[in-house]
Amino acid sequence: MSKGSFLSASIGRKFLMSITGLFLVTFIIVHLTLNLFLIFDDSGDLFNLAAHFMATNPLIKIMEPVLAIGFGVHILWSIIITVQNMRARPVGYNKTSQSVNSTWASRNMFILGGLIFVFLGIHLYAFWWKMKFAGDPLLTHTTVMQGGVPVEMENAYNLVATMFKQSLFYSITHILGGVLLGLHITHGFWSAFQTIGLNNHLWRKRLFVLANIIGWIFAIGFSIIPLYFMIKF
Amino acid sequence: MADITLKKIYVKVWRQNSAKEKGRFETYEVENISQGSSFLEMLDILNDKLIREGKDPIAFDHDCREGICGMCSLYINGRAHGPDRDITTCQLHMRKFNEGETITIEPWRAGAFPVIKDLIVDRTAFEKIQQAGGFVSVNTGGIPDGNAIPIGYDDAEEAMDAASCIGCGACVATCKNSSAMLFVAAKVSQLAKLPQGKVEAKRRARNMVTKMDELGFGGCTNTGACELECPKGISISHIARLNREYLVAKLAE
Amino acid sequence: MSKIENKIPQGPIAEKWSKHKATIKVVSPANKRKLDIIVVGTGLAGASAAASLSELGYNVKAFCYQDSPRRAHSIAAQGGINAAKNYQNDNDSVFRLFYDTVKGGDYRAREANVYRLAEVSPNIIDQCVAQGVPFAREYGGTLSNRSFGGVLVSRTFYARGQTGQQLLLGAYSALNRQIAVGSVKMYTRQEMLDVVIKDGKARGIITRDMVTGEVQRHGAHAVVVATGGYGNVFFLSTNAMGCNGSAAWQCYKKGAWFGNPCFVQIHPTCIPVHGDQQSKLTLMSESLRNDGRVWVPKKKEDAVKLQKGEIGPNDIPEEDRDFYLERRYPSYGNLVPRDVASRAAKERCDAGYGVNNTGLAVYLDFKYSIERLGKNVIEARYGNLFQMYEKITDVDPYKEPMQIYPAIHYSMGGLWVDYNLMTNIPGLYAIGEANFSDHGANRLGASALMQGLADGYFVLPYTIGDYLANEIMTPKVDVNAPEFIEAEKAVTGRLEQLFNVKGTEPVDHFHKKLGHIMWDYVGMSRNEAGLKKAIEEMKALKKEFWANVRVPGEMNNLNPELEKAGRVADAIEMGILMAQDALDRKESCGGHFREESVTEDGEAKRDDDNFTYVSCWEYQGEDKDPVLNKEDLVFENIELTQRSYK
Repeated sequence: MSKGSFLSASIGRKFLMSITGLFLVTFIIVHLTLNLFLIFDDSGDLFNLAAHFMATNPLIKIMEPVLAIGFGVHILWSIIITVQNMRARPVGYNKTSQSVNSTWASRNMFILGGLIFVFLGIHLYAFWWKMKFAGDPLLTHTTVMQGGVPVEMENAYNLVATMFKQSLFYSITHILGGVLLGLHITHGFWSAFQTIGLNNHLWRKRLFVLANIIGWIFAIGFSIIPLYFMIKF
Repeated sequence: MADITLKKIYVKVWRQNSAKEKGRFETYEVENISQGSSFLEMLDILNDKLIREGKDPIAFDHDCREGICGMCSLYINGRAHGPDRDITTCQLHMRKFNEGETITIEPWRAGAFPVIKDLIVDRTAFEKIQQAGGFVSVNTGGIPDGNAIPIGYDDAEEAMDAASCIGCGACVATCKNSSAMLFVAAKVSQLAKLPQGKVEAKRRARNMVTKMDELGFGGCTNTGACELECPKGISISHIARLNREYLVAKLAE
Repeated sequence: MSKIENKIPQGPIAEKWSKHKATIKVVSPANKRKLDIIVVGTGLAGASAAASLSELGYNVKAFCYQDSPRRAHSIAAQGGINAAKNYQNDNDSVFRLFYDTVKGGDYRAREANVYRLAEVSPNIIDQCVAQGVPFAREYGGTLSNRSFGGVLVSRTFYARGQTGQQLLLGAYSALNRQIAVGSVKMYTRQEMLDVVIKDGKARGIITRDMVTGEVQRHGAHAVVVATGGYGNVFFLSTNAMGCNGSAAWQCYKKGAWFGNPCFVQIHPTCIPVHGDQQSKLTLMSESLRNDGRVWVPKKKEDAVKLQKGEIGPNDIPEEDRDFYLERRYPSYGNLVPRDVASRAAKERCDAGYGVNNTGLAVYLDFKYSIERLGKNVIEARYGNLFQMYEKITDVDPYKEPMQIYPAIHYSMGGLWVDYNLMTNIPGLYAIGEANFSDHGANRLGASALMQGLADGYFVLPYTIGDYLANEIMTPKVDVNAPEFIEAEKAVTGRLEQLFNVKGTEPVDHFHKKLGHIMWDYVGMSRNEAGLKKAIEEMKALKKEFWANVRVPGEMNNLNPELEKAGRVADAIEMGILMAQDALDRKESCGGHFREESVTEDGEAKRDDDNFTYVSCWEYQGEDKDPVLNKEDLVFENIELTQRSYK
């Protein structure tokens, strides 16, 4: 059997989901850490420095397409898997009581993922697209001291902070996005380990707890940012 | 052991005369059922009534009626083997139901388990998976003494945990993806834990998973529902072992 | 008695089997490929035989009525499997297992067959271990043993409370391997409805596809019947709902003798009947008697209060408990053989000391072993059984004693076979519970699994060659031969007949009636008047059945009522034969207890002078009395004594 047949086998497909999923989790951890600079430094310098670093560092530049591929594969494969799984039960049940045997998030990963995808579109349009390509009047330039040297850079902080202060829509979508992502992770994180076989009856409980911790951190961490700007300003 | 008698209950059940014909739900009344009766005894009584009324009785699979043969199925009130834990339908008792209740009974639903008649489904797909590798390739005779290879207590126990699968199909019926992973994992894991089965573990994992996919079962998304509805409580940790065995087998190619 | 050739080899008992193996014929591999064998039933005996025969190179067709071979009722055996391994160093040996089995069977089994069974028993364990059967183990990695009723050594191997399941899954996996390579053709949801005899030899079977209703003809050079027992004649039993003696009964009607039909085993530890809606009884493993103590109240007034539900078992003080098995049988105590334990329970209940609202139950109490060993140990040993008990009865056996009562469990009788396991019809074999050979009048616990696998793995694969070696010139059996056409017609005719009665009563009505007659008169205790009455009642029931049964549904569709109707029709006839056999056997032995034959202290009394034989019943035609042939049992190695467990 070739490598191809591995990726088309049910376990192989899920292996890809897990690997990309875990990769995305590491990205999100970095992303969240940097974003939390938004609420720890009201001058915005810290965040702007981080954003500038991310925009100019060659390694990050290489990682950007890799990340895009990660997202792409994760999304594409989720569609393939979901279609495949739905086909496995052509006639459904009249009555089901699934809530007694599984969590809502675990049963609705595709829906959660879909909503997160929608959020991602809004999020990318609001920030990444503007910073990277379209530009925006809010993206004024600012000078920040870096290692004792003044460096001129885009004031990303201004864009983000203003958006959250002024637009209820963006704030709420970002709070929702954080919560949805958190829910997605509460199942996705331990599930990924299960799928790649790194689990047993002992580690299962630990991974499950860890998944919930990470999920909650993501949910709180991402929603606290818009909340901070909404409440404080 | 004095049990209350349910004066009247309603049974909403899937009727389908054959694989080719269309099915529908029918609702029947059943009277005077002791709560000490088993669920299948209740169906026996309903069938007795239907036969006397000149109607076709409800076909359902059952055999040992002590929770071990795996023949009985039934999706009762939205759950495989009904509203109780660690049992099969034949061990379900009417104590779990109330006066006047409407009980919905459906067959296992999965593309790989087509309906044969009423509540009976065809589980031949499970046979095919087992035939693809659920064995140790030894012939009868010429075997060393049973104690020749010591097997640790914990390994034997874990193998036994997995081996307790009765092949009823509740995992597939429960899984939102109709996945047979728990069923396959039980066999693969049992034999992978034993030195006798270890020898061809890779081949087994590969062949059984390939067959499972071929037969149209869905993939596992780790909801864990199968474990909770499994009458023998087989742990999804065995699925993790199956995943591991399969990945290792694939890497070794 | 010249008519009966049991083919037991000459010579000392320990050498018979090896000598026999050395002298019987063997078929060459090239010729095995040309020979077809039909195996009906896929329990331990059938599955192991089908797999082993196919490994040897024969073409095997295997049949079962369930949707998978794995579901055969061997799966329900809980406690274990015996083998003379002597792993415990407790002075067990092949001879001791042989001796225990013959004695346990109350000296009504064939010495040579039983010795062979004991001799091959160690190989079974090795075979199962190699297949990946997860037997219980010690921390050092060696196999564990427990003890069982009727023996003084620990020789029972087990896999939690699911030994039968695990052994069957082992045989099933071996069978699957052969199905995968194409040398076994497996037919599921197919029921054998007749055996086809051509030129005096078994040449095939007629089956009904239970999904499509199609009646099919299948030919082979030999037919192996491994269809289990006929306990369901009693309606309520621990047998699976589908278990039936019909396949064996068709063989009987085609001329095969039925051996010792009255020998059925009544298992002492079943969950009592809860009411008239009950369809089936659940067995609690005999292994429970290792740690549970059986008792009833000493005072009748306590029993009455318990029956009324005014007090609970824990209200009875220690000194008012009658541990009747320990009292009557001090040396074996709670571990007396099944027949003895069952009768003792019945005796107490009949005397008015029974508990439960029916007064038909005794207690099996774990309080003492929980105190001695701790709840954890008991849970590890019997956890799943306790859980099962609680699910059924809603009573927690860790806190309150279990209630148990005897129920029909196993049939020692079955098709008569010779030493080669062949019936008196050439080419027709019977193995496992379907034959009569190894357990005499009572089977010891954990011996059914042993016999099924011994027959299938290590006996039949050798002995069948002796017959088939003469069949290598026989071409593929033509299923269009007149004998097949005729048999098919007869089967179809009977199905249509059942269908066309169009009476008013469902099949179960007759089955329940039959069960009541059997349990009342042909059950745990039998007497002449009762047996005669039972025969009359069953003959009347047979007429009523054929005049008033209602079979709904369609002929050419899945139709469980039609299947049941055929089985119950046979069961009524079987019941009559069982009663006739019980009437003939005026002694008490093993599971067969004649009230006319008891010792002074109420124990069963054997009559070796007049009844040391196997009853071989020969069919004479519809509604005609069968002829009794007798195979004398010769005991050269064990002295016949009145069995005592005191």
